[in-house]
Amino acid sequence: MEAATTSARTAAPPKRGMTERARAERKLAWILCAPAVIAMLLVTGYPIAYAFYLSLQKFDLRFPDEKEFVGLSNYADVLSSSTWWSDLLTTVIITVVSVSFELVLGMLIALVMHRAIFGRGPVRAAILIPYGIVTVVAAFAWRYAFDPTSGFVFGLPLVPDTWQPLNTKEGSLFVIIAAEVWKTTPFMALLLLAGLALVPDELHEAAKVDGASALQRFFRITLPLMKPAILVALLFRTLDAFRIFDNIFIIQPGGALGTESVSILGYNVLINRVNLGLGSAISILIFICVILIAFLFVKGLGTSTAQQRGET
Amino acid sequence: MHGRHLPAAIIALTALALGGCGVGGDEGGSGARAINWYAFNEPGGSYQMAVDNCNKQSNGRYTINYVKLPNIADQQRELLVRRLAAEDDDIDLASLDVIWTAEFAEAGWIVPWEGDRRSVAEEGKLDGPLETVRYQGKIWAIPHTSNTQLLWYRKDRVDPPPDDFTWDEMIDDAVEKGTAVEVQAAQYEGLVVWINALIAGAGGQIVNEQGDVAVNDTAKRAAEIEKKLATSPAAPPGMSTNREDQARQGFESGRSDYQINYTFIYPSAEAIEGFQEKIGWARYPRTDKDKPSAPPLGGFNIAVSEYSNNQDLAFEAAECLASPENQALSAELGGLPPTTESVYSNPKVEKAFPFADELRASIDAAGPRPVTPAYSDISLAIQKTYHPPDAVDPDTVVSTLRDRIEKAVEGKIF
Repeated sequence: MEAATTSARTAAPPKRGMTERARAERKLAWILCAPAVIAMLLVTGYPIAYAFYLSLQKFDLRFPDEKEFVGLSNYADVLSSSTWWSDLLTTVIITVVSVSFELVLGMLIALVMHRAIFGRGPVRAAILIPYGIVTVVAAFAWRYAFDPTSGFVFGLPLVPDTWQPLNTKEGSLFVIIAAEVWKTTPFMALLLLAGLALVPDELHEAAKVDGASALQRFFRITLPLMKPAILVALLFRTLDAFRIFDNIFIIQPGGALGTESVSILGYNVLINRVNLGLGSAISILIFICVILIAFLFVKGLGTSTAQQRGET
Repeated sequence: MHGRHLPAAIIALTALALGGCGVGGDEGGSGARAINWYAFNEPGGSYQMAVDNCNKQSNGRYTINYVKLPNIADQQRELLVRRLAAEDDDIDLASLDVIWTAEFAEAGWIVPWEGDRRSVAEEGKLDGPLETVRYQGKIWAIPHTSNTQLLWYRKDRVDPPPDDFTWDEMIDDAVEKGTAVEVQAAQYEGLVVWINALIAGAGGQIVNEQGDVAVNDTAKRAAEIEKKLATSPAAPPGMSTNREDQARQGFESGRSDYQINYTFIYPSAEAIEGFQEKIGWARYPRTDKDKPSAPPLGGFNIAVSEYSNNQDLAFEAAECLASPENQALSAELGGLPPTTESVYSNPKVEKAFPFADELRASIDAAGPRPVTPAYSDISLAIQKTYHPPDAVDPDTVVSTLRDRIEKAVEGKIF
């Protein structure tokens, strides 16, 4: 606590005390940042503001004459519908399950990549291949693998012929999550590998001398030191998984069989029904969810880094 | 340390969804005005040949560019709607599925065919297809190709179905013989085609002539038949994800003796030695024993865009593309039934459709899908209500469907 406040005080020195040079440097910094800030405002600020403006209208592209300001009624409409909540639940299930699997598998893979003694380059490249494949292509591969008439999965030993995952909600979610995990675990592994590289070897050696087992070393040394890296990886993947669209779009077109995620719902309303008002309200709600997730993680991150500073 | 970059990263992530692209161009051949025709990629090649024919006949006044759309109707509509809503002048002509007329007309994206043009569009056309270009007393497109579903069966395995063959009898027979009935029951427009035909076959409607919701007990009857098939041993594997082509494959694989599908399956069966001879055809099965069936009506009409810079030439080009000669080409090469009555007596068309009599009768008896500008919303509502087929509850389906369609029409979420 105390350390945090002192560092905050030193980070923002009183302006009056600035030298001529410091002031000039600060001005230069602003000028150098300006193009990026302006570009950012143009490509993100404007669309978000426009989407918010649209979400307050009754606006269907097919009936342009009926356009009118309706305040927050689109939001009321979305939030009072069972569709939104069931889609949100589906999205959360997909997010939580796939990110958990990715974290465990990603950690194992990161350890393999970290410890690989020979052929480090080829091992890392091989592990990264799924991440390099376009999501839509990967999704098609998974869909065809489980296709009831031609899927090769059903020819494998131990797989019952009568199992038709794409015909049920649970089965479809299983395939969607599997495709998601297969595709993005390498990304998780890569981020974790970076964190792993930060753990100093001396600590491990010291622990070994003290008689700590491999498991103890992993849970007592590696994991705590990697916490910031893990949280960043989790944040990125959670935000990504929450907006899941392409895998569902290909594997269960239209979000059939109750696999509709909030992004698919937004797409159906915006692009299929061309109802810009209602669709924009959904987009803004997704945006708010994403900000909430980020906020929770950033708060978590903040406390964890402070704790760490206090400990070491 | 990471925290400082996060807000920026979040904003950047949300921006990833944005994108754009462009196709086509306005440049035609030497001095001729370019007319861009957005139509699905007809695999038989007949659309391209029609374009070539018309370009020759135009004497250099216009050159049609055939801009190929995806083969899935939902995706075609999405692309056209996006462009037309943005007043894109790149589209001169668009091939519209028969169900889109009201929506596109109401939105002001297509121009009506009036005066002499109206007579050209109507001339010699079959009643069913002509009805699909009519909205609020005007003609909004020229009928091009038609389509309907027939009951295809294995002549070598089952008896020819009687005239009053019903869905129940067909399912029972398939169960008894240990075979399957191929249908389209994935969550997409094809499911709406089936459900609408079942409802119309029971004498019901989803939306009436005034555009009001008219869901009644016939919707329950449709759900009963759908559920009966889906939960019976006659349900084909993957039924809840099957579309037209999976049904065709299933029938060709020999797993099923009955198939409900469009006419393209007949030319397609040529690829299998001796298979075509085994295929029999009959009228779409009945919902109720005492009521004639109302087969689905499909097909495409060609409309002129409101935002075209060459509307006069576009009308001319559309007339040419939909001419009897070019319709005959589409029938012969693409297996697409004509909309002009006289084309059916063309020897080449007769050869392409040995089932021409049944086809004509089916088109004449067809029950239209709802004519309403909110069609795509209503379609989504029907899809959600009747999918998955084995989980539909006939006891609650009427109120669920009515509730969803009312929300759909009001532009609400369902």
